[in-house]
Amino acid sequence: MPDGSTLTYMSVPLPPAVAPMLPGETRGLVYRVGEKRLIDAVDLAIASGCVTVIMGANGAGKSLLLRLLHGLLQPTAGQVLWGGRTLGEEARRRQAMVFQRPVLLRRSVAANIRFVQGLGRDVSALPVADVLDEVGLADRADQPARLLSGGEQQRLALARALALEPEVLFLDEPTASLDPASTAVIEDIVLRAHGRGTKIIFVTHDLGQARRLGDEVVFLHRGRLIEHSPADRFFEQPASEAARDYLAGRLVL
Amino acid sequence: MQDFGGAFQFAFRLVLTADADLIEIIGLSLRVSLSAVGIACLAGLPLGAAIGMVRFRGRTAVIILLNALMGLPPVVVGLLVYLALSNAGPLGWLQLLYTPAAMIIAQTLLITPIVAALSREVIEQLHDEYAEQFRSLCVPTTTAVGALLWDARYSLITVALAGFGRAVAEVGAVIIVGGNIDHLTRVMTTAIALETSKGDLAFALALGIVLMMIALTVNTGVMALRLTATRHAYA
Repeated sequence: MPDGSTLTYMSVPLPPAVAPMLPGETRGLVYRVGEKRLIDAVDLAIASGCVTVIMGANGAGKSLLLRLLHGLLQPTAGQVLWGGRTLGEEARRRQAMVFQRPVLLRRSVAANIRFVQGLGRDVSALPVADVLDEVGLADRADQPARLLSGGEQQRLALARALALEPEVLFLDEPTASLDPASTAVIEDIVLRAHGRGTKIIFVTHDLGQARRLGDEVVFLHRGRLIEHSPADRFFEQPASEAARDYLAGRLVL
Repeated sequence: MQDFGGAFQFAFRLVLTADADLIEIIGLSLRVSLSAVGIACLAGLPLGAAIGMVRFRGRTAVIILLNALMGLPPVVVGLLVYLALSNAGPLGWLQLLYTPAAMIIAQTLLITPIVAALSREVIEQLHDEYAEQFRSLCVPTTTAVGALLWDARYSLITVALAGFGRAVAEVGAVIIVGGNIDHLTRVMTTAIALETSKGDLAFALALGIVLMMIALTVNTGVMALRLTATRHAYA
């Protein structure tokens, strides 16, 4: 798998010595708590170049799958592979994640960016002002990060993740508690990152958002991977009963 | 009653004229208690941070023990240090009994559990908040510890001040290991106890006033810090 050919998708300049991150895949992924299989035998291939949206009802295992893909959780069984290699800290260093509730350091806005720039990654370390300008927070640099509004906090979290120049960016319902205007700003920033070649994996249960962002949809139901198809097809002709119910807004149990 | 009022007057005069004996006693009090706080923080903060951040077997038992030790009676600590430092004790050869050093040791033992237990709580709370983000960012452990201590600095200063308040106000431990020797190991609390029993209420009152002012200052400081921290949303 890690031959050079998979690199064609990307415009992110990779040092030639570094093995490609994508495609990613999971093999027989299981995450069990007690007797409950919260993620159950998921085989998923993650291709480059498209925005992948993970959908499903509450408790379907979306966030768990994201954390397993990022290596924040250890699977009970099965494997997560990035570029054909087992997930480890080396891979996680080339990824970034934005959480549903932004976790900001109790410092100024600028200091939050400087903190990740100081982690010794091999990134270009843009001036903090430029990083903040990208998300429209340039005039807030000296404010305490935790005094920002919810939308601004999430933009800062996103800016901080992007400052790491990740090859894969995970987003776990980043706009779940934001108003439409803030949501639009976040989506815009995410799509720009996608345009620069960052692989986007986005968890949402907002159908409109999934339509706006998604090139392909991964649909989970009770921890199982039910559908994995191009976004148009998923929304027009969902193949499974569970997805049809979900899209129709019926209660999925 | 007239005596009482007179005692107050005399006490204020002592304070205002900076009576030499009074200053010496206050100086020693501060030296002993501040040293104890310093050492207790050096030991207690890392200990608290470690227990707050690391999950290990028997952790709950350690936390319960620490919390219980917060309420250690000063006289018991004094007795234990006395036993250790007395000529027949294991550390008798150090010849520290009835010196300020012995008092520092006793107060350090008294407040290290307080510093450790309170900082454990502070660090654990912040760690729970940061942990997943830090794992995602692959933050090295040393950087993570530094970030936690720095971001919790306002709360941790409050912890240190709580320790200081306890140390400077206790009498049981220092009177046992210090012996309340004039010009050598006499601190505010032991002096108050002695002068009261001697009937020299004015001097005791003067010291009491100073002690109250120190307590007031420390608490004002704690409050001001909390307000600053809240205003900047660091708390």
